[in-house]
Amino acid sequence: MKIAVCIKQVPTREWQPRLNDDRTWVRDAEISYEMNEPDAYALEEALRLKEKHGGEVVVVSAGPSRVQQVIREALARGADRAIHAQDDALGRADAWAAASAVAEAVRLEQFDIVLTGLQSDDQGHAQFGPVLAERLGMPHSTIIMEVQIAAGSLRVKRELEGGWFQYLSMPLPALLTIQSGINQLRYATLKGIMAAKKKEIRVVTTAAPVTSRQRVLSLSVPQKSKQTAMITGSPADAAKELVRRLREEARVL
Amino acid sequence: MILVIAEQRDGRLNRATWEAIAAAQQLAGGAEPVGVAVLGSGIDLVAAELSAADVSGVWAVNHERLASYTPDAFVAAAADVITALAPSHVCLPHTYQTRDFAPVLAARLDRALLTDVTGVGRRDGAPIFTRPMFQGKLVAEVVAEGAAPHLVSFQIGAFRADAAARGTGAPVTVHVPAIGAAALRQQAEAPFQESKAAVDLSQAERIVAVGRGIKAQEHLAMAQALADAFGAELAASRPICDNGWLPMERQIGSSGQTVAPKLYVAVGISGAIQHLVGMKGARTIVAINKDAEAPMFEVADYGIVGDLFEVGPALIAELGKG
Repeated sequence: MKIAVCIKQVPTREWQPRLNDDRTWVRDAEISYEMNEPDAYALEEALRLKEKHGGEVVVVSAGPSRVQQVIREALARGADRAIHAQDDALGRADAWAAASAVAEAVRLEQFDIVLTGLQSDDQGHAQFGPVLAERLGMPHSTIIMEVQIAAGSLRVKRELEGGWFQYLSMPLPALLTIQSGINQLRYATLKGIMAAKKKEIRVVTTAAPVTSRQRVLSLSVPQKSKQTAMITGSPADAAKELVRRLREEARVL
Repeated sequence: MILVIAEQRDGRLNRATWEAIAAAQQLAGGAEPVGVAVLGSGIDLVAAELSAADVSGVWAVNHERLASYTPDAFVAAAADVITALAPSHVCLPHTYQTRDFAPVLAARLDRALLTDVTGVGRRDGAPIFTRPMFQGKLVAEVVAEGAAPHLVSFQIGAFRADAAARGTGAPVTVHVPAIGAAALRQQAEAPFQESKAAVDLSQAERIVAVGRGIKAQEHLAMAQALADAFGAELAASRPICDNGWLPMERQIGSSGQTVAPKLYVAVGISGAIQHLVGMKGARTIVAINKDAEAPMFEVADYGIVGDLFEVGPALIAELGKG
């Protein structure tokens, strides 16, 4: 099995955004980054598929040179090699542009299965996977909680809303977007980190300009939809005041 | 025309469809007609239900290959009706089903898709959309690039279903799309529920919900004690259930349960949109979080910025006083 897993480098959860001067983007020089969490689950699923069916796991990421941080991490967790579609303009690009860049970079690889997370924790378009499937001419399914492979075909458990699920079958090659929680993540071992240093990262650049399908005019901090009464003081004082207000104002206790 | 793609399953309309109609009517601003297309097999009743909307027409896109949802069949059918009607915009509810097929539809039509949109406006006559970015920490004003139609999916709950204007009975047209058998690659089995939920959180009057801030499984005992002190059910955001610390049926959010209790106490939950859609209908919301910038504070009526391992026990003690 030749397995690709597409990962994105996103700001850490703790990161507090600060806007640039023209308020069209964040100050990216100040960001610390990590692997997009749903992609980490996709990587884990790819590694488990390889353990079960053999083959190789190729990690693929699109972005500026900084994304090699998460590529190295994926290699340390057990991916065999990497492809980096590199372009500074991909740092802010939308899912369309990222999927187009990745489609070009992997076109000759002939993967049996392509996995990625269901959406990114930064722009959150939830489009990259399905668009890549279309660009590669593969069938796809999204928000997957279980992957079964037997005799060249694929059966997956897709999450629906409100606690419902559904199984779907499709031929390989195929693309799946993986839901968080499908498996338990492994972490890199020291041995893995050492081994990752020797693994290949193939950098792919193209002459074609990066074009997004949407343009951000401005960014802002969300307006509060409610007046929030902030309760301050020591934990004991705050607790007392909150309980009083829930009893007397909100009348919910 | 602005075309809404309705969502139905087994002849039952997804309520978020009315929200998408309300959004489309606002986007149209009376300057262009709004139409609705519904895809399926044997969908006369759903089409009739939709014809109550104040729209110029309902298109029942009917084909036996649409009887149960698969992305390939829905992309083919939607592309067919969009090509026939040539709308300026295509509006969809941002459901899991839309997330499954709309990106492929947009790619096949070679058009822009804006997802998870929460607001529409116009500047110099051109539509501008707002959508969350960076886990709801920021809101972006965005425009679609390239030729029409532009596809737009609207966040569940961002528009009110009852704001959709009703009309006097729109005409229903049956549209039979071309769906080649060879193009259908997925085979769907019947949807099912994993387990009959042992707890129905939608009926709970009070809910205490915990998130990543709880840090470790052993701290759930304190969370349970806090829930007990409030006379509340214990629930959680997705990561807690992903870790197996609480069963999936106690998960609140787009992939879990949607609740509207009298009191919702969010403890150590930052408030990602996937969680907020499951609970923002609660009457009174309390947020307890060490991060003053957590989006949960934006929907909260009462907020305490502090360490939940200090505030939680203090609340348990205070509520214990009776």
